[in-house]
Amino acid sequence: MERKFWKNYQKDIPDNNYYYERSCIRQSFFPGSETTFLRIVGDVLGKQIEDDQNLHTCTGIGYHADVVPFETTQTIIARLFSLMSEKGYRNFVPSCVTSFGLLNEVVETWKHFPEELQQTRDFLKQATGREFEIPEYITHPCDIIYKFRKELKEKMRFQIVNQKTGEPLRVVEHIGCHYSKVFPQAVIGSAEFPQVLAGMVEEWGGQVIDYPERRHCCGFGFRHYLIMANRGYSIANSRKKFESMEPYHPDFIVTNCPGCTMFLDRWQYTIKEMEGKTYDKQGNGIPVLTYEEMTGLLLGFNPWDLGLQLHQISAEPLLDKIGIPYDKEQKYLGKSGKIIDFKGF
Amino acid sequence: MEKIIYTDIAVIGAGPTGIVAAYNLARLGYKVSLFEKEESLGGNILKTYKLFPNFQSSNELLQLFGEMIVVNNLSLQTGVTVTNIRKDNNHWISTTNKGETIVSKAVLMATGFKPFDAHYKEEYGYGIYNGVITSLEFEKMLKCGEIYGSNGITPEKIAILNCVGSRDAKVGNNYCSRVCCINAVKFGIEIKEILPKAEVYCFYMDLRMTGQFYEELYRKSQQEYGVNYIRGKISEASQTADNRIQLKAEDTLLRLPIKMTVDLLILMIGIEASESTKELSAQTGIMGEYGFAKSHSLLKADNHTIHPGLFIAGTCKRPFTYPETVADARAAVVEIQHYLENKT
Amino acid sequence: MKNFGFKISASRQLDMDTIQSDLYEKLIQLEPTAKRCLMCGACAATCTAAEINGFNFRYCHLLMKRGILDNLAKELSKCMLCGKCYMVCPREINTRSIILKMKALMTETTPKHYSL
Ligand code: SF4
Ligand code: SF4
Ligand code: SF4
Repeated sequence: MERKFWKNYQKDIPDNNYYYERSCIRQSFFPGSETTFLRIVGDVLGKQIEDDQNLHTCTGIGYHADVVPFETTQTIIARLFSLMSEKGYRNFVPSCVTSFGLLNEVVETWKHFPEELQQTRDFLKQATGREFEIPEYITHPCDIIYKFRKELKEKMRFQIVNQKTGEPLRVVEHIGCHYSKVFPQAVIGSAEFPQVLAGMVEEWGGQVIDYPERRHCCGFGFRHYLIMANRGYSIANSRKKFESMEPYHPDFIVTNCPGCTMFLDRWQYTIKEMEGKTYDKQGNGIPVLTYEEMTGLLLGFNPWDLGLQLHQISAEPLLDKIGIPYDKEQKYLGKSGKIIDFKGF
Repeated sequence: MEKIIYTDIAVIGAGPTGIVAAYNLARLGYKVSLFEKEESLGGNILKTYKLFPNFQSSNELLQLFGEMIVVNNLSLQTGVTVTNIRKDNNHWISTTNKGETIVSKAVLMATGFKPFDAHYKEEYGYGIYNGVITSLEFEKMLKCGEIYGSNGITPEKIAILNCVGSRDAKVGNNYCSRVCCINAVKFGIEIKEILPKAEVYCFYMDLRMTGQFYEELYRKSQQEYGVNYIRGKISEASQTADNRIQLKAEDTLLRLPIKMTVDLLILMIGIEASESTKELSAQTGIMGEYGFAKSHSLLKADNHTIHPGLFIAGTCKRPFTYPETVADARAAVVEIQHYLENKT
Repeated sequence: MKNFGFKISASRQLDMDTIQSDLYEKLIQLEPTAKRCLMCGACAATCTAAEINGFNFRYCHLLMKRGILDNLAKELSKCMLCGKCYMVCPREINTRSIILKMKALMTETTPKHYSL
């Protein structure tokens, strides 16, 4: 019988020529992160990466909320693949972890049920006249950053270190369920010992906190968040994690999933409003970063270009700890050159 | 220079099975060569403190083994590994890592088991957290007469987890290891004798009290020692900020998820085929499931293999308790005698 | 405090580090046979009351052991003290004595629930 040893789970990560699929929800939650990723891979690492304007949803949220049937999902994903094939790419890089999980699910389904693949080919052909090839690799962007963490380190201006004390910052890493648990074998170190974010943090000078609820879900859920009456489940899970990490005094949380970043960030505010509780000593809340934001900050990108002003928990105390300079006046400076006025909000 | 030894029977492995078989064969007048890869004899018994269910000291047994091997006709070599066995006409040729060749009429494999490597159950953090130890490491603590938890101090709360590496498809072992349930009961009592104030919780999927006096010991551990049993498998162990161990399980009889913080988590590791067992069974084509050696017929010829003259006994076949393995050794002696006297 | 239209759900997880165990400690002093219960359920299977009003001696015993006392006094009042459970218990547990002692202990702490 086969013995499963998560630590031995490794995967091949292609080293160039990526076809990037932006995420519907990330573009509204953390719009700076995807641009930052493109900058890191294209400008800093000098790799070929395609940011195709014609891409569309993978149906992820609709699928997981039971409103999109699987046949539709397969056909829509097939269309994404056909756009990739058209541009001559073989490495599909979905920004969203739910997309990552769902693409893997569809491709795995086709391996076991060739008739589903044939049906999808037929559907796509009938509906759009298109054909497609299955990608050689479906790689999550965080895998790519993990792969090049050493190269990136050489170009970094900052480390995950407290500039005053010289001590490593204490980091909570959290990876998305749809990244790590749908196909645990597609994750470096699997779901229980995921190396991807921990590897970045440790390489770049930080210290990963191993707190008891480290592997617990962030609480996003799908129906659990989408339906207001169920939000109590979602927030209870996040709170469980905060309570468990609190005694370790984390300096920040880093995640690779749109939902995790969103909810670990926003629920802290909600809990503060509902119960008056914050999970850091200063009462600010624990800043939550995406891995692209973390990487961008260390590379010396302007924090406001990364989109940090869109976080509920302000990141300034963290920037001060690391010693990253920023201009307070520019925080809400819009692309138009005008300061965005929040009075109407 | 190559050395050739001629003997009646080569016995591989000087744990309880090998010693008892070799001793009895020698007393019947056969020439026996007994090989042990370790420097001392006793096999896995060396790693234990007292044996269930009657708390007999392992040292006493080891002493007895020492007396048994001085019988006439028996030659013991320790620190020698038999690396190869093959049949040559009516004889068996065994070679060792010391370059010796043993020519014998029969071979008895008594190559035993190895304890499950708890690193494979990653969710328990063995090798990562101080407070998570294996049953064999706990035997060591008992030998020293001192139990300490993750912070190096006397534990107030101890959890014992059964079936680690057994009955678990995740690690590739669907079988039950037979010895760990009763060993856990024994541990509960031993802990309470050393630390009467400590709380002890044993987490189990099923409690298999199969041997004589096991059930009574289980009952005694509850009635007289106050050991707690919770039906539910621990799903995850992690370290808390103050270096203790936090467990998650379901109290299945209560139907609620539970959380508990302990100072020490003892993993009752199971029995697996030893490396020698796997190696020699593979060479001779007698490897059965999970790498254990396979007998010719479970009900009719359980010490025979498909090869006349190659015999197997003890935990190289499957998990056995101490009395079972010794009984199996004695059974093998009879079968070998019949074989050598052409009675089979 | 703001109202967002939903509440933070309470955890169903039982924290064994903080359970109330004093009553159970008293119980096993008063009736030590409780300690050897196997939780086999033979008592609940044969129980006359179980069929009518859902009483479960095994479960009530476990509830007290785990310090879940909220509805225990009320539950215990469902037992008819007929003693049928004692006839089948494989561990010779003095079931009725346990029930009576649990009732008495619950009365000490929560008299308002207690009625016979
Ligand atoms: S003897 Fe008990 S602990 Fe060991 S594997 Fe069997 S059931 Fe599990
Ligand atoms: S004594 Fe109570 S618990 Fe026992 S069988 Fe009778 S009604 Fe049921
Ligand atoms: S029959 Fe006896 S041992 Fe079984 S659950 Fe009832 S009281 Fe416990």
